[in-house]
Amino acid sequence: MNTHATAAALPVASRRHRSGRALAPALFLAPAVALLGMFLVYPLLQSFRLSLLEWNGLGENSVFVGLANWAVLAKDALFWHALGNNLLLGLFSVLIQLPIAMALALLLDKAGRGSRTLKILYFLPLLFSSVALGVIFKNIYDPNFGPVNAALQALGLPALAQDWLGDRRYALAAVTAVICWQNVPFYMILFLAGLASFPSDLREAATLDGASDSTIFWRIRLPHLQGTVRTAAMLAVIGSLRYFDLIYVMTGGGPEGASELMATYMYRTVFSSFQLGYGSTVASVMFLVVSLIAALGMRLTRRFETEV
Amino acid sequence: MASVTINHARPLTRSAIWTLALAWLAVTLLPLAFVVFTSLKSQQDTFDSPVWALPSRFDWSHYASVLQGGFFTYLRNSLFVVGSSVLLIVVVSAMAAYALARLKFRFNKPLFALIIAGMIVPLHITLVPIYLMTKAIGLYDTPFALIGPYVATSLPVSIFILAEFMRQIPRELEEAAELDGCGPFTIFRKIFLPLSGPGIATVAIYNGIALWNEFIFAYVLTSSPGNRTLPLALWDFQGEYQSDIPAMLAVVTLTSLPLIVAYAFGQERIVKGMMAGSLKG
Repeated sequence: MNTHATAAALPVASRRHRSGRALAPALFLAPAVALLGMFLVYPLLQSFRLSLLEWNGLGENSVFVGLANWAVLAKDALFWHALGNNLLLGLFSVLIQLPIAMALALLLDKAGRGSRTLKILYFLPLLFSSVALGVIFKNIYDPNFGPVNAALQALGLPALAQDWLGDRRYALAAVTAVICWQNVPFYMILFLAGLASFPSDLREAATLDGASDSTIFWRIRLPHLQGTVRTAAMLAVIGSLRYFDLIYVMTGGGPEGASELMATYMYRTVFSSFQLGYGSTVASVMFLVVSLIAALGMRLTRRFETEV
Repeated sequence: MASVTINHARPLTRSAIWTLALAWLAVTLLPLAFVVFTSLKSQQDTFDSPVWALPSRFDWSHYASVLQGGFFTYLRNSLFVVGSSVLLIVVVSAMAAYALARLKFRFNKPLFALIIAGMIVPLHITLVPIYLMTKAIGLYDTPFALIGPYVATSLPVSIFILAEFMRQIPRELEEAAELDGCGPFTIFRKIFLPLSGPGIATVAIYNGIALWNEFIFAYVLTSSPGNRTLPLALWDFQGEYQSDIPAMLAVVTLTSLPLIVAYAFGQERIVKGMMAGSLKG
């Protein structure tokens, strides 16, 4: 084209223009790259480095121990128990949250505009901080003053009343229930968006052919939502693997480690036992586990990126 | 035949579905009603009457004592930290998103993929190193300590949302501006920033709410009540009011109120904004 002509005619302006163009990407990206480098990449690498040390976090008395922490972790029953709890939380999140969310989404989709108020109210739990929810449900589960046990007593079932958070048999389940309570509306909205993208003429055609509602759901709509459901399951599993907040606030991982997760175990190792090296090993393994499962999940949900 | 089955099945499934819907509504609202009503009981009420009894009279004294007890310091810190973080997130991620969505340079695609991968990093892995770094640079136990981690950890999802958004902006606008002699900076400022309004709103809402409720970084990087944010108000008051259930629940109500009020004004936007950031999980 005539770029040469213009370049010759306006040498200075064009040179400034061109060098501005070459530098532009770097300038636009610099703040983001600097921040990500400082607060994400560097800490990530640093975590792996710290995992090779034995250090209480105070002063310079750290000792390089190589992979000793990793060897200890491989045989650490507490850690494996925590990882098991993460997986249980993921499994139950998927099995409890997704079906309820799907049922509610189907209802709201069917009820159309009339269901707007319901949708707005269902969403409320997502607005609360985990500390707030933790405090609320600690009171609700309270063995002496909480409404759960009071209700069981009133129903004539005092034998079922428990110290929900203080009993190692129930602690994890009790917190899982709260996590589900908070997150069901999230998946409901996700499914609702999926249902809304369903071509209505397809549904009409099926109805005209005499298909019942349940046939339409199982044979046509659910397959159509397959991608959304897989995305939801993946979000639930990954969310569960890195979960921390409500467990920490409600049980602190206890009693006696019964509801411990990888993240709460890491936190306790670092900030209560002051084993920064070992805590960083836990963090590093947690990172590897989450990345591995997320990478597998991404492969399974190729629609991931276009979904939301 | 088939149409007969539908007519029989429909009222049944419909009532079953409505029963479930109302049951879930009760499950959602009962805990929240419990909080509000109990926070208005006198402490004596909580011992004397059953938990689900309404307060014998509304006792606002807990609210008064919480409001006098440093609540506004926490609120001010939250407003400052979340406000400045969101502002920085929007500016930094919009710039990066523009470069990644529209400028041609060698490592564009791999860089974008790398940044997006940042969305799945469990943030707890960064906790200890950031804690050490914060202590080393002397920001420990100041509200400023939170801004860096908050902005950085929010960037991947924000860049993702804005880059997707900017890819939809027609190229013709850009080409016309180029013909007028505009460089990338002018094009960004005059075309992409204004046209990305809805995307920016989404990013601001999603991160604003997530950071407003953020717990672990605030908990680890600050320690004195004067420097902590609202979720920590609850944590700090928990020690103070341990045996005073109504007071504790008054704190819960007060700290949760700002978002509920915002939600009352813009449900659709908030729901949409929170869902858009959902990839972060």
